[in-house]
Amino acid sequence: MDAIAQLSLAAIDVVLALALVGLAAGALSVRSLFTGVVLFVGLGLLLALAWVRLDAPDLALAEAGIGAGLAGALLLAAARRLAGPVHRERIGDDEEA
Amino acid sequence: MSAVLAYGLAGAALITIGLYALIVRRHLLRKILAMNVVGNGVFLVLVALAKRSAVPDPVPHAMVLTGIVVAVSATALALALAVRVRDATGQATLDERRGTAAEAGRGRDVPG
Amino acid sequence: MPLLVRFLAAALSLAVGGLVAWAVLGLPESAGLREAVTAQMDRSGVSHPVTAVLLNFRGYDTLLEVAVLLLALIAAWSLRLAPPGRSPERPGLVLRELVRLLVPVLIVLAGYLLWLGAHAPGGAFQAGALLAGAGVLLALVEVRPLGATPPFALRLLAAAGVLVFLAVALLAMWGGRLLEYPPEWAGLLILAIESAATISIGLALAYLFRGDEPTTHREGGERT
Repeated sequence: MDAIAQLSLAAIDVVLALALVGLAAGALSVRSLFTGVVLFVGLGLLLALAWVRLDAPDLALAEAGIGAGLAGALLLAAARRLAGPVHRERIGDDEEA
Repeated sequence: MSAVLAYGLAGAALITIGLYALIVRRHLLRKILAMNVVGNGVFLVLVALAKRSAVPDPVPHAMVLTGIVVAVSATALALALAVRVRDATGQATLDERRGTAAEAGRGRDVPG
Repeated sequence: MPLLVRFLAAALSLAVGGLVAWAVLGLPESAGLREAVTAQMDRSGVSHPVTAVLLNFRGYDTLLEVAVLLLALIAAWSLRLAPPGRSPERPGLVLRELVRLLVPVLIVLAGYLLWLGAHAPGGAFQAGALLAGAGVLLALVEVRPLGATPPFALRLLAAAGVLVFLAVALLAMWGGRLLEYPPEWAGLLILAIESAATISIGLALAYLFRGDEPTTHREGGERT
């Protein structure tokens, strides 16, 4: 593999790893629960990309389908039910922490 | 920096962030998200370590695949329990200052 | 939350994360169990190593995992949550048509992934996830998955993954030990287990999303 391809792949790895950490920190610290869940689903999708980079295609399929898709659906459905009473007006205004 | 190193360290970072949020955050949904983040961090470390050889080791892959399904099962049950807690007590946080969330909740009596 | 608790939590998290990072940095180069797996591949009945490990060499873990999913479903059902409130307006035309197009495609893809798992990345869990996605879509347009099927049959299908896996595991004891498939039957047995598991996983995850359990009486829900 020539040097440019290797360098770009290494760059992708570093950026992806940083993005994973950033998304995780964001999902757990934003004020709105809904935004947190959305960031978590994003984390799941990027994680599927990480599995591809780590030569784990079975895991990529399963993560995209179960980890991001199903878990995302479950979390969104529950976030709607667990949100504070103001959720009827704006789904972003949830209880803090 | 090799892929193994980058993702392994990212996994360790996810474990750190998730564990802190699991302890510190009060809302139940936030705690469930934190538990999932810790799980994803563990999976990252396992799969990164499986890539130390050029052709990856399939055993950690199988373990992580099992782990993903078990994590989603646990999350589903945890969410059902959280919704039940919310229906029963009117709040979805673990709050030492009782009565604060009850005012913000549905106005039911919060026991204790 | 008092500052001391936050500080201690941060210290604990950093300690755990730091240990993991130290382990990642310090572990020696190793091929792990790859050679051991490759050596036994022709006795496993499939040609994809991850499937072989999942369904044959470490089949016990997978059996327990399918059981855990079933247990979560039973526990969630036993909580008797009220189903999520129906939205007052009928689902839009775009959603209905999209579901009509997507659900058959998802079912075919699920079957394809299930078959593919024997020799390429794929298998029961990925296929089950697609079926669960189809179930979630149907729930979004308020169609009960397998609406006309009697509830006992649905519960049986949800348990089918565990039951078939357990049956094969115990039958294997006839000639050998628990979960020791005879090599000439291994491929067929793995396919049987995976098929049952796919249906169970799809049903279980879809019902976990819906929250309610199959009952004898139907409310005024749609059926396509």
